[in-house]
Amino acid sequence: MDRLLPRVLRVDLTRKRFWVEERPELFRERLGGTGVGIELLGELCPPGADPLGPENPVVLAVGPLSALYPLASKTVALFKSPHTGNLGESHCGGRTAFALRLAGYGALVIEGRSDLPVYLAVHGEGVFFRDARTLWGMSSSVTVGRILREREEGSGYRTILRIGRAGERGVTYAAVVAETYRHFGRLGLGAVLGSKNLKAIVISGKGAVPVAQMGRYQRLYRELHERAVRSDLMQKYHDLGTAQNVAPLNAMGALPVRNLQATSYPDEPAFSGERLAQGYLGRRLACAGCPVACIHLAALREPHPKEPYFYTTTFVPYDHEPLYALGAMLGMEDVPGVLHLIEAVGEVGLDAMTTGVVLAWATEAFEKGLISERETGGLRPRWGDAPTYREMIRRIGDRGTEFYRVLGEGVREAAARYGGEEFALHFGGNEMPGYHTGPGALLTYLSGARHSHLDSAGYALDQELLRTGGTLPPEEAARRLLAEEARRQVLSSLVVCFFARGLYDLPTVSSCLSALGEGWDEEGLRRLGEGVLRRKYAFKVREGFDLRRVPIPHRALEAPAPGGAADEGYLRAALAEMGRWLEGGA
Amino acid sequence: MRRLSVVDVARCVDCLLCAQACARRFGEGGLARSAIAVRSAGGVERGFVVVVCRACEDPPCLHACPVGAIEKASVGVKVLLDRCIGCRACVAACAIGAVQWDEAGGKPVICVHCGLCAAFCPYGVLALEEVGGG
Repeated sequence: MDRLLPRVLRVDLTRKRFWVEERPELFRERLGGTGVGIELLGELCPPGADPLGPENPVVLAVGPLSALYPLASKTVALFKSPHTGNLGESHCGGRTAFALRLAGYGALVIEGRSDLPVYLAVHGEGVFFRDARTLWGMSSSVTVGRILREREEGSGYRTILRIGRAGERGVTYAAVVAETYRHFGRLGLGAVLGSKNLKAIVISGKGAVPVAQMGRYQRLYRELHERAVRSDLMQKYHDLGTAQNVAPLNAMGALPVRNLQATSYPDEPAFSGERLAQGYLGRRLACAGCPVACIHLAALREPHPKEPYFYTTTFVPYDHEPLYALGAMLGMEDVPGVLHLIEAVGEVGLDAMTTGVVLAWATEAFEKGLISERETGGLRPRWGDAPTYREMIRRIGDRGTEFYRVLGEGVREAAARYGGEEFALHFGGNEMPGYHTGPGALLTYLSGARHSHLDSAGYALDQELLRTGGTLPPEEAARRLLAEEARRQVLSSLVVCFFARGLYDLPTVSSCLSALGEGWDEEGLRRLGEGVLRRKYAFKVREGFDLRRVPIPHRALEAPAPGGAADEGYLRAALAEMGRWLEGGA
Repeated sequence: MRRLSVVDVARCVDCLLCAQACARRFGEGGLARSAIAVRSAGGVERGFVVVVCRACEDPPCLHACPVGAIEKASVGVKVLLDRCIGCRACVAACAIGAVQWDEAGGKPVICVHCGLCAAFCPYGVLALEEVGGG
């Protein structure tokens, strides 16, 4: 291991102090990323902590492969989630991993609460607590980014993380925006930073990382690079981006539409990857260290509402999940409408996926008369009505009235207050992702360590079974999903992007680490993945999660997936098996 | 004679594979001694600025050096590190900012036009181009 990785930068916002802690054993045993992060969170977060109190620590961690190997481009955030009340885990691309690693740290831990709004600037060996009172309350996180870009050093080798108004005001699914177009989206990291009076974090880093066996490292790098640029991943995600998933999911009837009242549009949606590329694609971007460049920005050129012959061009990032949540879930038919909503959640600083599901619940609740214009403040949410949704997004960020305060805590809270639980699409308090492929996907959402479609990829299992026409007993499905989920803990401890999961099988990981002077065999890695998964589960249980009793929304059971409606008995049997394994019994 | 050139900057995606490749020449990871710098042109949506040495015919960096630590090479220049006193005069002299700085070593880093970065650019942003001899 290089001498820089085990350096943990600790920041105490209450006392405005920082120090570096060396944790070589922790990094040797747990690699980095999620593996190290869950240990630090377990140490520092007291049981029953208020997620929005000073006692909730934020851990940002990278790993031994970060900034060294292709597609090792992500940073892992761990915290107690204000949205679910248990484990918060979120992964983000952009330049954060490079900046943190090349600043000479394996992890950044932020604790306490500042008495006035500040932002952190990490440059050289120092941490600077800068006054953020002027930035606080700004209506757009994009403006905050622009200001910090001009104010801080490190252009070309820094990351700029910031929250929007939603984070300042404690919307439980507020996001952290990185480099304007990437996000720590899910589970409310933005609200946690807001509760600490922390508006932004700038980290610059362009140091060297010593490599134990340079020749081997160079060969491995070249080999992985060649494989990456020749893989179908490159074609699939470079050309159309993750948006390329919209059309096939629609065709197979697995795209949740209008709060999952339907699972497809009659024709290919206007916001499919192909159509967006043809009509709107304006630029592709990559995370630092990744040749794929899956980040797609639409260039939206529109006439100014007041001045004739005057046009504004804005750039809006699009990915499958925001297109699902703010497009399909809301019954959108036009591309500019969807892009306006994606833009709005970015400005306010909300998680796009959660926001879409929240607005979908509100629309259906309004249709059914559970809520009225009295609650919505005169707005009439209607499928496909982007201007109304845009205004609702602004109000969710503002938290100005009781109704929007409740919406700002997700559909679980909204349904508890106003009714409509049967169509409140959340799993353990976290809103549904954009794949309704069958029982595998549902099990992923119910059990996943960070409640994302990328946990264990149940949708891949669903599609495999559809292709082969096979079935699996629930216990076997559970074990297959857990094995994959455990393997992904290795990837998120390294830290590599999950899109590179085909590139980094365990023997490859073992070789990569060996060139860095780290001895890990396949069996050791497998055990690590299982250990990390169990540690995360233990944290969730400690904070009140109950896998066997997690409610399954009625709508998700009755809406037909490509293989037919899911059977609750099957799901419960699989969850019971997962619980046994996660508690260490299998 | 071949010189490194930025031939299609519109296709740059800011992956930094070029800068990583450059740093690996020195037997280390990271970006500390990369001779190539990529930064956004004022927000990533506007694209990127990729800065590499232009291999000037009559290099200002060479003239700026007070101790004669920069010499002409067959393409571009060569830094005599043992002679260099780390004054940064070369950095200030380069109009396009192509003299990078190794903070830890306290010495300039200037492109040697080897083309390793171009070999790792997935999108043809960089290439080695033929230039006149001398």
